[in-house]
This record gives sequence, C-alpha cells and structure tokens, in this order.
Amino acid sequence: MDLGAISPTLLIASLMVAATPILLAALGEMMVEKAGVLNLGVEGMMIMGAVAGFIAAVEGGSPWLGFFTAAMAGAGMALLFGFLTQVLLSNQVATGLALTLFGLGLSALLGQGYVGIKAESLGRVDLGWLSDLPFFGRVVFGHDPIVYLSLVLVAAVWAFLRFSRAGLILRAVGESHDAAHALGYNVLRVRMMAIAFGGACAGLGGAYLSLVRVPQWTEGMTAGAGWIALAIVVFASWRAGRVLIGAYLFGGITVLQLNLQTAGARIPVELLSAAPYLVTILVLVLISSRAGRGGDAPADLGKPFHASA
Amino acid sequence: MTALLDLSGLTKTYPGVVANDGVSFSIAAGEIHALLGENGAGKSTLVKMIYGLVSPDSGTMRLSGASYTPQDPRAARASGVAMVFQHFSLFEALSVAENVGLGMENPPKLRDLSQRIREVSEAYGLPLDPARRVGDLSAGERQRVEIVRCLLQDPRLLIMDEPTSVLTPQEVDILFTTLRQLAKEGTAILYISHKLEEIRTLCDAATILRGGKVVGDCNPREVSAAELAERMVGTALVAPKASKALTGEEILRVEALSLPPASQFGTPLRDISLSLRAGEVLGIGGVAGNGQDELLGALSGERVSAAQCVFLEGQDVSRLGPRARRKAGLLAAPEERLGHAAAPDMSLTENAAMTAAARKGLLWRGFVDWAGAKGFAQDVIAAFDVRTPGPGVAARALSGGNLQKFVIGREVLQDPKVLVVNQPTWGVDASAAAAIRQALLDLAADGAGVIVISQDLDELLEISDRFAALNEGRLGAPVPTADLTIEQIGLMLGGAHDMERVHV
Repeated sequence: MDLGAISPTLLIASLMVAATPILLAALGEMMVEKAGVLNLGVEGMMIMGAVAGFIAAVEGGSPWLGFFTAAMAGAGMALLFGFLTQVLLSNQVATGLALTLFGLGLSALLGQGYVGIKAESLGRVDLGWLSDLPFFGRVVFGHDPIVYLSLVLVAAVWAFLRFSRAGLILRAVGESHDAAHALGYNVLRVRMMAIAFGGACAGLGGAYLSLVRVPQWTEGMTAGAGWIALAIVVFASWRAGRVLIGAYLFGGITVLQLNLQTAGARIPVELLSAAPYLVTILVLVLISSRAGRGGDAPADLGKPFHASA
Repeated sequence: MTALLDLSGLTKTYPGVVANDGVSFSIAAGEIHALLGENGAGKSTLVKMIYGLVSPDSGTMRLSGASYTPQDPRAARASGVAMVFQHFSLFEALSVAENVGLGMENPPKLRDLSQRIREVSEAYGLPLDPARRVGDLSAGERQRVEIVRCLLQDPRLLIMDEPTSVLTPQEVDILFTTLRQLAKEGTAILYISHKLEEIRTLCDAATILRGGKVVGDCNPREVSAAELAERMVGTALVAPKASKALTGEEILRVEALSLPPASQFGTPLRDISLSLRAGEVLGIGGVAGNGQDELLGALSGERVSAAQCVFLEGQDVSRLGPRARRKAGLLAAPEERLGHAAAPDMSLTENAAMTAAARKGLLWRGFVDWAGAKGFAQDVIAAFDVRTPGPGVAARALSGGNLQKFVIGREVLQDPKVLVVNQPTWGVDASAAAAIRQALLDLAADGAGVIVISQDLDELLEISDRFAALNEGRLGAPVPTADLTIEQIGLMLGGAHDMERVHV
C-alpha cells in the first residue's frame, strides 16, 4: 500500500465536494424537522433535483438554470408531501417513504434519454490571489460557487433559527403546534414554507451530484445520500453546526476510503465502502449521547396538526 | 360606567352540543367580572370566542362600542384583549423570554425584553428568570410566565382562566393586589375560577353559566359562596365529611429518603421521613416545584430509591418498581392527567386495564381480560359520575374534570392499602372536587392510608388529619390540621423563600 499517493491537499478539497450534497439536504431537512414535520422523502427529492437539474442544464445550456430548476423540482416534490400530510393529514412516515419511491421511479423515467450525456459544469470561483496561496488556495479558495453557497446557508440557517423572530416562530411551531395556534400563529403556513425550503435544499443537493460531483446522470445516483442526510440531522441534535461537522465527516471518510482503495489497502472493499456510514453514525452518536438526555428533538416532531379546537 | 365589552346573543354549536346558547352580558372598563360555571358549562368556548380562537355561529360582540369580530388571537391582542390560559400555552424547549416574545405583537430585542420581564415580574410579585427554559419550571412558575406575558402588553381586557389554582395564599394575595391595581388603571378583567371565596373577595360582578346559558348575574360580594355554588350547579352542595375512624397501625413508613434531581433543574428529595397510619389522610402542601412530583414518583416506584427507605406494612419496597408496588397495595395518581396518569389516545377501558390489571385480576397467562377491564371502567364511570358516552372513548376526549374523576376513581376502586395522589382536584369544578375529596375520605374511613399532595390549602385543611409542608425537597414535621389556620400553613410552607424578593 502506498499511502504517499494520497495527497492531503486533494483529499480535503475533494472532501468538501463530496460532502456538499449531503450538507445541503441535511440542512433543509433540519429546518423541516425544526418546524415539527418529519419528511422521510429526502432521497426522492434529491434524485428529482438531480434529474431535473441535469435535464435543464443540458437543454438550457447553463448549469445555473440547472440548479434553479433542481431547487424548484425539489420544492415541488416537497409541497406534494406537504399537501398530503398537512392538508389531507396523511401519515408522515408512510408519505415520506412513498415520496422517495415515487421520486426514484419518476426520475428514472424522465432521465431515460439523458444517460451518458455530459452537461456543462460549474467553473471554480476565481478569488484572485487567495486562490493562488499554497495549500489553502486549493483547499479553501478553489471551489465552485455551490460549495460556498452551502457554507453560507449553514451560517444563515443557524442565525435564522437563533436570532430572527421568524426562526423563533418556526421553532415554536415545532415545539407545540397547539400552543402556537392558541397564540394565533398559522401552523400550516409555517410548516408548508419549511417543507418547501427543505425540498429546495434537497433538490440543490441532488443537482450538485449530477452537475458537479459526478457529473453525469445515472439512475439511482443518489445511492442513499438522502438517508444519510436524515440520519445526520438526528445525530446532529438539530443543530446547524453539527450538521456541517457530520456532513464533512461523512464526505471525508468517503473520499479517504476511495483513496485507500486506489492505494491498494489490504482491507476488504466492502468494509471500506461501508466505512463512511459507520464512522459518521458512530461519531454523531457519541456527540449526541454526551450532550445528554437527547431531549433536543422538537417536541411535536411528526405529529399531525389540525386546527379543530 | 360604559361597557368595554358587550356580548349579546352569542351562540356556538358543536356537533351534538350547544356550547353557548344566546349568551349576553357586558364588562365595564376597570371592572373585575367573574365567569362562573361547572366544567362543561361553556366558559371555555365563550372565552375562546372573545379571544378569537373560535368564531360564534350567531350573536355580536362590541368592544368600546365598535363591532368586534377577531379573526384570530393576534387580532384580539391587537384590540387589547389578552388571555392567561388554563392549559398552558407555553413552549417547553424555549426560554421564558422567548415564550413571552412569542405572545407579543411587536416584541423588543431579547435583551430589552428580558429586562422588562424582570421589572414587571418583580413589580407584580411574580419573580421570574427570563433565561430559564420553561420545560424546567414548575406549574406555578409557568403560570407566572403566562401572566407576565399578558401584563407586558398593557391589555384593555385581561381574561384569566383559573389563575390561582397553583399559587400559595400569599401569592394569591399578591396576584389580587396586582389585579386590583390593574383594574384601578382601567383594565377590565374577566376572571374564571371555581374558587367561590376568591370570587367573592375579588370580583365586582359575576355571570353564572349553566349548560351554555346565562342563568344569573349577581354581585358576588352580596351573596354567600354556598348560594353561588347552588346557582352554578343547580342543586345544593354537600361538603365532604369524614366519618372519623380511629387511626390504626402504621401502614407506610419512609425513612431518610433522598434522591438526586431527575433533570438539570429538577428538585432533589432531601432526607424525607414520614409515617402514615391506616385510616389517616396526610396532607402535604407546598408551592409548585418544591418536590411534589418527585415525592410522588419516589413513593409510586417510578424512581427507585436506595434500599431501606420505603416500607409498606413493614416490608421494604424501596427497590420495587411501580407494578410490584401496586401489587403490594401502594397506588398512586400523579398530577398530570394527560400523558402521566392516563394515555391520551387510548380508551378508558385500556387506561383502566393499565393500572388495574394486576389488582383486579384482569390478567390471565399474559392475556388481558378485556371484558373485565371494560366492566371495571364502567364501574369507575358509574361510581364517580364520569360524564362520557362510554368506556370506549379516548381519554383525550374527556374534559379535565371528568378525566380527573376517572383517574382518581380508577385507583380508589382498586382497594389500595395506601393511595398517594398529587393535585387530585386541579382544574376540577366545585361539585366534582367535592366528590373526589369525599371518595378519598371514604377510602381512609375504610382503613386505607391516604397521602394527598396538593397546592390547594383549603382542600388540605378540609380533608387531611395531619399536614406537612414540602419545601425545596424537604418535608417538615406533620402537624394535626385541627390546630392550624391557613395563615400558619402559609408560613410553614416557608413560601417566604420565593416571596422575599418581592418585599425588597
């Protein structure tokens, strides 16, 4: 095994790329869950974003159009979920699972003519002399705009939930929809907006896979990233900063195990492929158990609300 | 005086029930107006209409002469109507300041808001730390949050739904001073309470509801409490009476029971010792959050203590869980009806089977005898006059008072040797409360030991033989109630620890 073949610079740089789809999806899902809704359809929304973004980028010739379309497609899927669960009061777990299956099927259908094509990808952001710095230039300042957008979004979500009044109302709705309703807040509207935001984020994450990371369309290309995003939200105790750590950890191990595979490590390939999932879950379990009580879940998470009283 | 709020012919029908039927009355600015009625008389629906949570089917409301039709509580608040809820409308995971901010239209910055909360809460004798998480506060402290939230909005009309049920006499006095001061400043107060004496001391006028209709208006200062109660219920009330049995052998003994707090802000139990005789009612009083829940949990077996702390008939039960203690005859009914004493979404039959399975022989090789469970639930419903269509109804669907009768009745009918209850009549109307107290007294008369933990001191004076105060997790020495007055009890509670800041 030749560990010298693994370059730390490239490792960290590709870690951020590998982590971005999951980071975006997990961040969106965190907002949804903070509002008290459990949407298990992240995988379905991601793959719809991946296919819609890819088609739009190919047909429209612009990756930016692709990302916009992907966000809309994700939000559209999410609003379908929202209509079923919030208005028609269907079961959230079952509806979320159905959304995933629906998304996987529909995306395969839509993407049939697009397998094997290459879409125009995003260029790197040129940050002038910053990008020319040794090591840091490549690691921190040499990425495409979506990577920076995802990082800005982490900070924005954190600040929104912590400091803004709208964020406070969103948390209040997730804590006790009955009390929020009694105070006159529109629970349905708050939740629908959160659901749409979550869908748009998942769609962006999916499009990042098909337009930047791979960059191609293949059927079922999200390969469980949506589920990892869901797990990260829970183990990150619904905190934006920890979602970032979880996603980057997952991305890091993914990239590392790929590098180890190419370096010819004497570990079974299956074990290496499973490593990101195992390590991410393990580390986040340790963090959340140390935080104690595990009482950070929004109290009304997954509970149906109907303004009947 | 001109009317601030004028209601005329308000009617609201729910499927199968006329909750309000042509209700008319008016409240003047600066008036403290009582709204009286049993559980289910339509008080809640009426205040929900005033607060914009429910819109009336017919009838009109006028506020200061202008037509008043609030679409939602925000519109009501914008018009100057504020409300303190009976079932707290608080968010447990959020801080006091955040909770207050959520109930305001244009809250100031969090730091300024915290400062104002401190000022207002201390000025009105309801000290609060704005940074604390509401989930870690006691019931009494939570109510302070609700009251302070309303006071910060300078309301023209303040609706208070059962505000004093969790306060000590001293706190009630301070609250009344506050309310009188508010009234003097021109705020109208609509005051809902079951405590008739309170209404007689505080209120200028009273409207009595029965079955959704106004059955009378009166000046509560000019009629007796008994008369008010009769008009409210429609029949004369009988005060519970103990048929004094001689107290017997010691049946429950607690020795030096200490438990660390269950949560970060919980109350520890410190070195608690008590002795309970068969046929005796021991009253334990205290301000909310001084270890009441913890004491009940330690006695019922929810939290297991060190060995040699709790003895039932001389047997050490300290290390036994709730089921084993139930089997041995030590039963308990906790304070929180929904979610602790009863599973909200399960039927009364299922709820009955859950605590009574072992003692009523409802189990056969691991299977539940559902016919027997239904029969037992029906017995409870019949014996305690629980108003419900039948035992198949979900616990959540019952009104607070009816569910309370059910959860107390369920334990009483299991012939406990020792029964521990916490807040047995909280939020329950006068006639139901009397029935529950009578049942506890009858149980003691039949030779069981009863521990009543309550914040209602009148209740404790009425039914208990001895009284002990719980203060910061310590239990004082029990004193025979015959020798006590409510003022002395107030001092025993050492409630002073919370009140001193007020006098500074």
